[in-house]
Amino acid sequence: MTSTITSPRDSQSPAAQSTSEGRRRRRRPLGRNPLGLLFSAPYLVFVIAVFAYPLGYSVWISFHDFFFAAPGADVPRPFVGLQNFVTVLTDPAVIRSFGNVGVFLLINVPLTVVLSMLLATALNRVVHARTFLRVSYYIPYVTASVAVVAVWSFLFNDGGLVNSILGPLAPSPSWLINDHWAMPVIAFFVTWKQLGFYILLYLAALQGVPKELYESASTDGAGALRQFFSVTVPGVRPATVLVLLVSTVTGANLFTEPYLLTNGGGPDGASTSPVLIMYQRGIEQGQPDVAAAIGVILVILVLIIALLQNRFAGGRD
Amino acid sequence: MVLAVAALAASSLLLAACSGSGTVTTNKPNSSKGPITVWYSNNQQEVEWGKQMVAAWNKDHPDEQVKGQEIPAGKTSEEVIGAAITAGNSPCLIYNTAPSAVGQFEKQVGLVDLSKIPGAANYIEARSGAVADQYKNTDGDYFQMPWKSNPVTIFYNKEMFAKAGLDPDHPKLATYAEFIAASKKLVASGVAPNAILPAPSSEFFQSQFDFYPLYAAETGGKQIVENNKATFDDQAGRDVANFWATLYKDKLAGKEKYQGDAFADGKAAMAIVGPWAVAVYKDKVKWGSVPVPTKDGLAADKTWTFSDAKNIGLYTACKNQGTAWDVLKFSTSKAQDAKLLELSGQMPLRKDLATTYAAYFDKNPSYKAFGDAASRTVEVPTGPNTVQMLQAFRDSWSRSVIFGNQDVKSALHDAAQKIDSIAKQP
Repeated sequence: MTSTITSPRDSQSPAAQSTSEGRRRRRRPLGRNPLGLLFSAPYLVFVIAVFAYPLGYSVWISFHDFFFAAPGADVPRPFVGLQNFVTVLTDPAVIRSFGNVGVFLLINVPLTVVLSMLLATALNRVVHARTFLRVSYYIPYVTASVAVVAVWSFLFNDGGLVNSILGPLAPSPSWLINDHWAMPVIAFFVTWKQLGFYILLYLAALQGVPKELYESASTDGAGALRQFFSVTVPGVRPATVLVLLVSTVTGANLFTEPYLLTNGGGPDGASTSPVLIMYQRGIEQGQPDVAAAIGVILVILVLIIALLQNRFAGGRD
Repeated sequence: MVLAVAALAASSLLLAACSGSGTVTTNKPNSSKGPITVWYSNNQQEVEWGKQMVAAWNKDHPDEQVKGQEIPAGKTSEEVIGAAITAGNSPCLIYNTAPSAVGQFEKQVGLVDLSKIPGAANYIEARSGAVADQYKNTDGDYFQMPWKSNPVTIFYNKEMFAKAGLDPDHPKLATYAEFIAASKKLVASGVAPNAILPAPSSEFFQSQFDFYPLYAAETGGKQIVENNKATFDDQAGRDVANFWATLYKDKLAGKEKYQGDAFADGKAAMAIVGPWAVAVYKDKVKWGSVPVPTKDGLAADKTWTFSDAKNIGLYTACKNQGTAWDVLKFSTSKAQDAKLLELSGQMPLRKDLATTYAAYFDKNPSYKAFGDAASRTVEVPTGPNTVQMLQAFRDSWSRSVIFGNQDVKSALHDAAQKIDSIAKQP
């Protein structure tokens, strides 16, 4: 005869267990790991204070007749409905700026994804001077835009190095004052400058692609190109989605390059970006309500693009 | 950057909430006395002036000490001041307040109405004379103390002129035709790639250094907006715009911004600048100066120009506004204006400048013409929408005059209509 010894806890009925757990939960209102909340609190506070609250406030501003005023100043800020949005959407300069940034994204985002993936794959296989090459690609990313913009303006101005090399093939007017070339030059500049960061993302992702997959593909007779498309590209898909999203979001925030490289969105507004117009309207001209409306529209458009990217590039993951 | 505007707004709300005292900020002055802080410009000459002014005041006022510091760095001083007003931490006085921004600062309840200080309006008018009128708001009140101007003229490189076969001592630059002829000769001779190179960029203030001085000269001192209506859609405006359009079209002026000082680096044979340039170029270029050109040519003593003034604002965040006003008067006294002239070469906005400081101008003849021109200067239009108006003008200017994408006449007409509409906004 055998006897089974059960602990008092084990012998409790399910109902009793449930009551007991409920009591424990009530005793721990901060969850099982309250320390985790403490550790994540600083970042949560940062996100709320620096992103969530200003974003919510800017939406509120966009529906009011708002201007910056001294603390304690008694100034009217009436609700104006969609008036700021009507002002923005009937302003040809604003519409053009959205078109400009669309051109920018069409060049910058695909170029960023393709180049950074190819270069990361190549860098991953390089044996000699690996660190030197990685640092070389990363240097433009960490260099101040102002300094790099000066170099590019020397390269692409009328009497610059690029035109000297091209000779009679150089465009007229020159790149930075040419209606058709100003925005593509900015897109190439930003692609080159940011590339190092995206290469790092892909390098990290490549470390997670199992070597066995390449070996299997090789055994099945796949060459380097087939391995790249059938193993590498699907293997780094999560990184591709991230690169798409980040490059779209940073591209939509384009400001420094048109401000400095094409002298404030020139020529004649051909490289103006929505954020540059936000700066002009909101900071220079004292119309933060109109600037906020531009910002809200921009955020909505970027969210739509991001959702589409996630839907089509992210797959079921 | 998308969040920058919102962040500024949010910070203003938080700061307002945190101020806690519940006091209402108004444009009305208080008469409290005590220590104050002042900001001055960060160029070497004005820093020197600011330091000696603060030291001179502090020596005699132990209970009302002034702390002077350079205006914090930013894209522009106006942005820094605007942010300081919104945050409620602006200093008492700022000796670098641009007239184009005063209307906005007033609307933000950032500036004290000086007219409400007993005797202030009389003091301003006694010092500056009739020119002070341009610095009143539409209600006739002073929210800025007219301080100093930099009458804009044409500087030219004497050595380049001589090399191009032009008279370096008496160059013919009085009319548009003469100016263009001289420009062609300068560029054709290869002494410089550009005859003149005003910044062709899109910032709202750039038209103050190409269109505005010539329009003031052509019209005998007309502002570009008067009685809330644009004035420049007239023959004078079209003549000035066509003059510049010719310079750009004939490649006598570049359409690309030069990264540096084109005049100092020999990339342009002429520059359109104020007397601040005397100190800057004295060791770099052998220069001469002439008034800005007009269609038919005018004598120097009949030529108006843009003021390029910087004024003094007394800010509402100041606790001891009584002391601030006393310091403001002290720093614009005859003695301190003499120091400003001596150290910076910039013209105090003071009536009878040439006679008041006759000894200085005798000793420094290169400044004499600027001293004389200071009495014939035009200011930007007043009001809270000045920057918006100037940007509308600049956009039309870029489109037509610089890049030739629209004809000058219709571009000026479009800009005038837009500005008329902006001027009606509160």
